[in-house]
Amino acid sequence: MAPYDLAASLGPVAYAIVFGAIGFGFGAALEMGGFGDTRKLAGQFYFKDMTVLKVMFTGIVVAAVLVALATSFGLLDMSRVFVNPTYLWPGIVGGLIMGVGFVIGGFCPGTSLVAASTLKIDGMIFLVGALLGVWLFGETVGSFQSFWLSSYMGRFTLPDWLGLPMGVSVLLVVVMALALFWAGDLAQQHFGEKKPWAEVKRVPGRGALAFAGTLVAASLVLVAHGQPTPEEKFTLLGAEVRRSVEERGIFVDPAEVVALRRDIGVKVVILDLRGEPEFNLFHIGGSRRVTLEELETPARLKSLLDQPPSTVTFLVGNGEVSALNAWKHLIAQGVPNLYVIDGGMNRWLERYPVDACVAERVGASDGRDGQAWRFLYATGSTQPAAWPEIDTSRSFRSPCVAKEVDVHPGAHHAARSWPVHAYTKRVKLKSKAAVKGGCG
Amino acid sequence: MSANQQPRPYVNPYVAGTLLGVVLFASLFVTGGGLGASAAMSRVQTGVLDLFAPGHVDRVAYFAEMAGGTRNPWAHYAIYMLVGTILGGFASGLVNRRVKLETRKGPRISVQARWGFALLGGAIMGYGARMARGCTSGQALSGGAVLSVGSWAFAMAIFASAYAVAWFFRRLWN
Repeated sequence: MAPYDLAASLGPVAYAIVFGAIGFGFGAALEMGGFGDTRKLAGQFYFKDMTVLKVMFTGIVVAAVLVALATSFGLLDMSRVFVNPTYLWPGIVGGLIMGVGFVIGGFCPGTSLVAASTLKIDGMIFLVGALLGVWLFGETVGSFQSFWLSSYMGRFTLPDWLGLPMGVSVLLVVVMALALFWAGDLAQQHFGEKKPWAEVKRVPGRGALAFAGTLVAASLVLVAHGQPTPEEKFTLLGAEVRRSVEERGIFVDPAEVVALRRDIGVKVVILDLRGEPEFNLFHIGGSRRVTLEELETPARLKSLLDQPPSTVTFLVGNGEVSALNAWKHLIAQGVPNLYVIDGGMNRWLERYPVDACVAERVGASDGRDGQAWRFLYATGSTQPAAWPEIDTSRSFRSPCVAKEVDVHPGAHHAARSWPVHAYTKRVKLKSKAAVKGGCG
Repeated sequence: MSANQQPRPYVNPYVAGTLLGVVLFASLFVTGGGLGASAAMSRVQTGVLDLFAPGHVDRVAYFAEMAGGTRNPWAHYAIYMLVGTILGGFASGLVNRRVKLETRKGPRISVQARWGFALLGGAIMGYGARMARGCTSGQALSGGAVLSVGSWAFAMAIFASAYAVAWFFRRLWN
């Protein structure tokens, strides 16, 4: 399923050729549209020539429709496509600055490349200016770093903002773009071709109508067909993901979880899918109790998707069944670095047992979701087994040992050290988007 | 090339736009990322700076991220795309007989003035593009197509600002 991990699957030369070919298409499309001519670009802002508006928004809308169609029919995994993160105010201020630069310089960076490639001297000089500008930015950004990093909203799309399905959002964007084209045409006839308003042709030509009709029809298909559900997405994810389940590559031994909790370079998040009574009886220190329904609400899902790249998230149930189900749902929605604790809480307690007077074993840790330990009372995360990365038990009061204190009054317990468990390392930290488009 | 070979006219903007949209979709579909130019420019600039002042590059966080220590700012997909963009523009210009050493400008300003304004405008544009984390292609076009809210706000800011100041610079173009 697209997109493809080109850095992993291609050699360096083929990798360069793919991006070079995409750039070639980009440059050729811009040049054919007239973006190499500064007068066509500047004419936009005097209503003389609407080429910039038409080419740019046609490009956006056509690509948006194609992307949405590809995801709708299960060809493209949208969660792995780079969406420019929203830093609202730096983006708006940058846009305002660029608008001034556009009118003064008559290009934007991409179009100046095309102008320079067809030997337009103004394009080459603009390019030199742009290089000076990016250098100046690098030198000065340190002084307003906090503004540059402000109003961060992460991966935030129009469907998220409007609370509408993808198809409806695309339809709205298409209708808006068509309205802009129509208004732009009227303005061009009046201001550019100096026609009085009475003579301005209001009905677009047959070709333009056919083009508009195609876009609207494609958007309506999107609205009708909808986007795949998490279950459907998981079946589309392909053999690689299914193999990682079958070969148990996603099941992480409790001992590896503990090792990662010791690693200060990694943030470990543990999501506990069990019910509240079981959670209260015993849970891993710092874990949060959640249900799959809660995790799939837009706000919670977004917080999972926007975690720092050094975060590893573990799902845990009593066994593996409910955790694996949640894993499938969340992996289909693009949550990165997501794993299931091998054998669940039952295996955890086997590796890091609690004192005999706290819980007794009543079942096997065979991956099924039943409780293998019966707790006599709720311990929450007060047991040493909830924090195995801490090697001493001195900060924990054990009810079983308390009775023996009389024998050696005032003595500390010997530092408890857990047995060392051998395990196969399974966690591979991946940063999510390898390719960030032209802005990286 | 004989003198009677006039440049061919530009294609219909909707056709060019559709072509652009298909290329953008291909980029998103195959690589998972969109089109762009400013990131590569930033890398070219940092790469050149790294030749003359590698110590300075290592000390400024923004540059160090691209070329600090042994990092190579040139071996990056954005650079390959930049090279492709130049070749694509050149090829289309060649086929349509538009490759010609000349300066395009408004009717009322001198060539030298146009060069000066191009340099100034380029610098402003480059600065703003990094502030906004992308230029018209990387943010507005690519981000717009994947419906990023920030990219749409950015695109509107560019158009609003350009229309707001256009009147003051009308002598440059009219």
